[in-house]
Amino acid sequence: MTIWEILPQLFQGTVFIGLLAATVRMATPLLIAGLGQIFAQSSGVLDLSVEGLMLVGAFFGFVGAFYTGNLWAGVLSGMIAAAVVSLLMAFLTVTLRASQMIVGVMLVIMLAGLITFFNKLIFGTGYIPPSTEGFQPLHFPVLSDLPFVGPVLFQQNLLVYIAFLLAPVVAVIMYRTTFGLQIRAVGEYPRAADSVGINVFKTQYFAILIGGLFAGLGGAFLTLGWTGLYTDIISAGRGWLAIALVFFGKWNPYRLAMGAILFGFVNALQLRMQVMAGQQVAYQIMSMLPYLLCIIVLTMVSRKAGGPANLCIAYKRE
Amino acid sequence: MTTPPANPAAALPEPLSVAGGVKLPWHRARTSLIGFALPLGGLLVAFGIGAIMLAASGANPLVAYQALFKGAFGSRNNIIETLVKSTPILFVALGVTFAFRCSVWNIGSEGQLHIGAVGATLAGLAMKSLTPNLPPILAIPIMILGGFLFGGLYASFAGVLKVKWEVNEVITTIMMNFVAILFVQYLTFGPLRDPAANGLPMSAYILEAAQLARLVARSRLHLGVVLAVVAAVLVYIVLWKTTLGYQIRAVGANPRAAKHAGINVPRSVFVAMVISGGLAGLAGMSEVAGLHYRLLDSFSPGYGQAGTVVALLGNLHPIAIIPAALLFGGLITGADTMARTVQVSTTIITVIQGIMVLFVLGSQFLVDKLEG
Amino acid sequence: MAAFLRMENIGKRFGQLQANDQITFEAEAGEIHALLGENGAGKTTLMNILYGLYQPDSGGIYLRGEKVKIRSPQDSIRHGVGMVHQHFMLVPPFTVVQNVVLGLRSSRGPFLDTDRAAARIRELANQYGLKVDPEAFVWQLSVGAQQRVEILKALYRGAQLLVLDEPTAVLTPQETKEFFLTLRAMAERGHTVIFITHKMEEVMEISDRCTVLRDGKVVGTVKTGETTDTELARMMVGREVVFRVEKKPAKPGEVVLDVRELSVAGERGLLAVRGLSLQVRAGEILGLAGVDGNGQTELAEAIIGLRRPVAGRISIAGHDMTGATPRQVIEQKVTHIPEDRMTMGLVPTFSVQENLILDSYDQAPYSRRPLGNGKSGWFLNARAILDHARQAITDYNIKAPGPEARTKMLSGGNLQKLVLARAMYHAPRLLVAVQPTRGLDVGATEFIWNRLLAEREAGRAILLISADLDEVLQLSDRIAVLFEGEIMGTLPVQGIDVVELGLLMAGAKRLPA
Repeated sequence: MTIWEILPQLFQGTVFIGLLAATVRMATPLLIAGLGQIFAQSSGVLDLSVEGLMLVGAFFGFVGAFYTGNLWAGVLSGMIAAAVVSLLMAFLTVTLRASQMIVGVMLVIMLAGLITFFNKLIFGTGYIPPSTEGFQPLHFPVLSDLPFVGPVLFQQNLLVYIAFLLAPVVAVIMYRTTFGLQIRAVGEYPRAADSVGINVFKTQYFAILIGGLFAGLGGAFLTLGWTGLYTDIISAGRGWLAIALVFFGKWNPYRLAMGAILFGFVNALQLRMQVMAGQQVAYQIMSMLPYLLCIIVLTMVSRKAGGPANLCIAYKRE
Repeated sequence: MTTPPANPAAALPEPLSVAGGVKLPWHRARTSLIGFALPLGGLLVAFGIGAIMLAASGANPLVAYQALFKGAFGSRNNIIETLVKSTPILFVALGVTFAFRCSVWNIGSEGQLHIGAVGATLAGLAMKSLTPNLPPILAIPIMILGGFLFGGLYASFAGVLKVKWEVNEVITTIMMNFVAILFVQYLTFGPLRDPAANGLPMSAYILEAAQLARLVARSRLHLGVVLAVVAAVLVYIVLWKTTLGYQIRAVGANPRAAKHAGINVPRSVFVAMVISGGLAGLAGMSEVAGLHYRLLDSFSPGYGQAGTVVALLGNLHPIAIIPAALLFGGLITGADTMARTVQVSTTIITVIQGIMVLFVLGSQFLVDKLEG
Repeated sequence: MAAFLRMENIGKRFGQLQANDQITFEAEAGEIHALLGENGAGKTTLMNILYGLYQPDSGGIYLRGEKVKIRSPQDSIRHGVGMVHQHFMLVPPFTVVQNVVLGLRSSRGPFLDTDRAAARIRELANQYGLKVDPEAFVWQLSVGAQQRVEILKALYRGAQLLVLDEPTAVLTPQETKEFFLTLRAMAERGHTVIFITHKMEEVMEISDRCTVLRDGKVVGTVKTGETTDTELARMMVGREVVFRVEKKPAKPGEVVLDVRELSVAGERGLLAVRGLSLQVRAGEILGLAGVDGNGQTELAEAIIGLRRPVAGRISIAGHDMTGATPRQVIEQKVTHIPEDRMTMGLVPTFSVQENLILDSYDQAPYSRRPLGNGKSGWFLNARAILDHARQAITDYNIKAPGPEARTKMLSGGNLQKLVLARAMYHAPRLLVAVQPTRGLDVGATEFIWNRLLAEREAGRAILLISADLDEVLQLSDRIAVLFEGEIMGTLPVQGIDVVELGLLMAGAKRLPA
């Protein structure tokens, strides 16, 4: 079967409903990580370690849940582990003013190795990865049984709902609180913020930490909210996509959510096509879609510039 | 991002004296010492942390490190294997050096080396059908060209995006990594798959004349290692002895002053990106033409990543990168032996690598402070 | 009754420079007090001490008769002092309200109380006649409006004393008029207003009293109504012009730089250079006098090709170089000494010899063909570069460990000599020197002055742009005064009337072209 034969089938009936439901699920980790990065980037720090942070969140989230039997303990441990790593990132880039780009990339490389090491250490090298029961889909009295809308919107697990509820929360924090104003001032014009008594370094530390917590949550979702097990390739570039989505959403949580849904759709679509195509070779081309889309999306946005004026520049008090 | 971030290349030791025979004044010796002492210190710290991790896994660190060393350098075959693994790493590290020296953050070496491999493969297959009687003296340069051009072309997309639209090159090149790996997968499972390969994802063999000679009979050591060292020397010459290299370094160190002095900054950035991709492409070429003689799926166990780390450890100096690449090749080769001996995961090596780099990065500010 | 503000015997030294030397200064409540002086007179330093950005080495500050300790801007704000800097501390994408409340506690806990703040801002705006829309975005506002926001910021925080640093430097004449009305309103409400300026016109128009500073000392305090601009000019600038350098009489040759009716846009879209014309001949130094911010930077950038003019013509040795690239201008044998040697002139991590060839690395003899036949090519000629560096180090007395030393090791004076050596070595036709001795000690300054004069002897055309009046007077053959983007007049240095110069610089007089 060729792509052109498969495609129409995906938009029919229950398959399409499944596709949309999957879209929401696959958008979730991107959304969560992206929301956290809105804080970091708005404060002027380009945190490129998100991919690694999500891995950390995924792994430690899994470990926490596996050993305590409590899903929330798992989520918490994933978030805390990622936050600790963020502290290191903050120290290197804000205090020591090392290159944000390089530190981020190197952290990803290091964390990937570290996590694989811990995986082998804790779970051994068996072929069948250990698994745990993840968050189950919720059931709402009337809403979940609605045709079409029911399965898509009202049969997701708790983490999904938390993610989408976080978007307006982040919007409120960024645009309606003094803290949000501070963060944005630091990212735009740190000198002006400094001149009114705002501690630029503390603000950036906080923002990076929040980014870490969120990335950890997003990573925990990958294992606990979706697959129930941890594999080495579980994040597959989602961290990078999340960063790009922040640009694409122009540092706005709602536009970020739109972008996350777009990419979630492309992701879900491509996975289903792989399944349906079976032995068909062309599926690799489909798999490229999210990454190509990311580049296109970044180009579209960059042309109009915008974003925190001080992004990626380490602040020095003259 | 229009403004380059703090440049790790900013506190590097000076290259070898231009005119030769000039006495090094005391302070410069001190700078050079610090410049080389830091990666060494980082190495020690990293191995120290590695030892802790080994102990946590229930392994004896001394035994493990002994196995590591033996596995890397302990026998003729092991040394050969180390050299073989170091070759693509060296190529990639040279490419990364070129880009980073211009403050162009090319993290796409993995993708560029894949596409370079594709280019070399296509050249090799084309020559097989079109010019089957071509002598090696012509065929091999064509392979080299194929690898370099394809890698450079692939990188040029990211270069254009950066120069024209200020698109962050870190993300674009990383995305292109994924695309390139998938593309090679597609080719080896599909259009380029050799019918005689029993369903395995690999291409047909390239022209025999295009295959790089084996340096030691019946071993895996091939001409690629020589080419890589030659490339290192060439990169050194270009960066410090030519006008192009001068431009690139000036733009990387202070683009504003470079602009004031009349240097064409966007053009330098683009050229740096393309050459960087070309060098990474040569890594792919070297694997295809020297080792496998065909294009394989998953032929790179992360050479792009390793090369990037090596470039930073070698402080972005082509000559210092050679031992650093050797070190890494040794680590990868020896890791298998170590893993077998003490039952520990090979990924400890990745962690050691990462710690070394972070150490180097974090201590740059120390160097700056000491230099005043 | 004690003065509202009294700064007594304030001393402040920066390295070798005594920025403030036993300054005693008073300002009354309800008065507008001007602080007048040239660049480097010590006005901004004094006010920065008041605002808590610097700590004085000696002396004390008294507010309302009581001694106060001001350790940071927060302290001074608490004591009712507000400052509006030359570069506004406003976040462009934020609204006026957001900028005003930034850093302050909100009445609604973590949430912003912008409605309340906006109401208060409107109230203040009405009281003081400051037309500002609280919901407007700062990037949308004109410069005059942005300044009003800065003033509101201070008033919102309860400032009783307001210091303004060169407030009209970026305002149009119309905006300036509105600004003066604001100042009057504030003074009438009992505020103390101090403004730093170099513009005589304003001092005469709006201030009640004026204190003149020169070389870190107070020259005098006068009631504006009882003085004339001539007297102020003399106080500000008046000195015996003693030539400290050997200067042979000028022998100007043909015109090398010809600028006609040049207009160049500045940072905020306004014209920084307006229909300016000047000429520089071979063998002469034309000094462009004027306080920083009157268009010098934009003019220099236009001449060397970094900024496209919007109108007018630039010719160099007869060739039309309007809108040329820096490369093309360099090829016309034009070199320049940039304003900021570290960010614009040098690559700190390069060695001395590498920096010396920054603008000539691709020309013979520094670049060569692989087989070397004298022509330029792809390779660097290491021997030539080294020899050149050795020669330059000797000729210019650059104190460096050697040609291979890392440039950032050198002291300021030696760095500037390095930049100079690069600019002067290859017999340029035209040298554009911007602030050539900024931040240098007397020894380095004198050395550089002598070199510039030597180049003049050798027949180069030199355009000297400097905020240091002394330097301009010592070196130039003719002086053109730049004020708000225009040439107010050109005077020969021989027999110059310094007072007239002062008036031109302050915009109070204009000579026929």
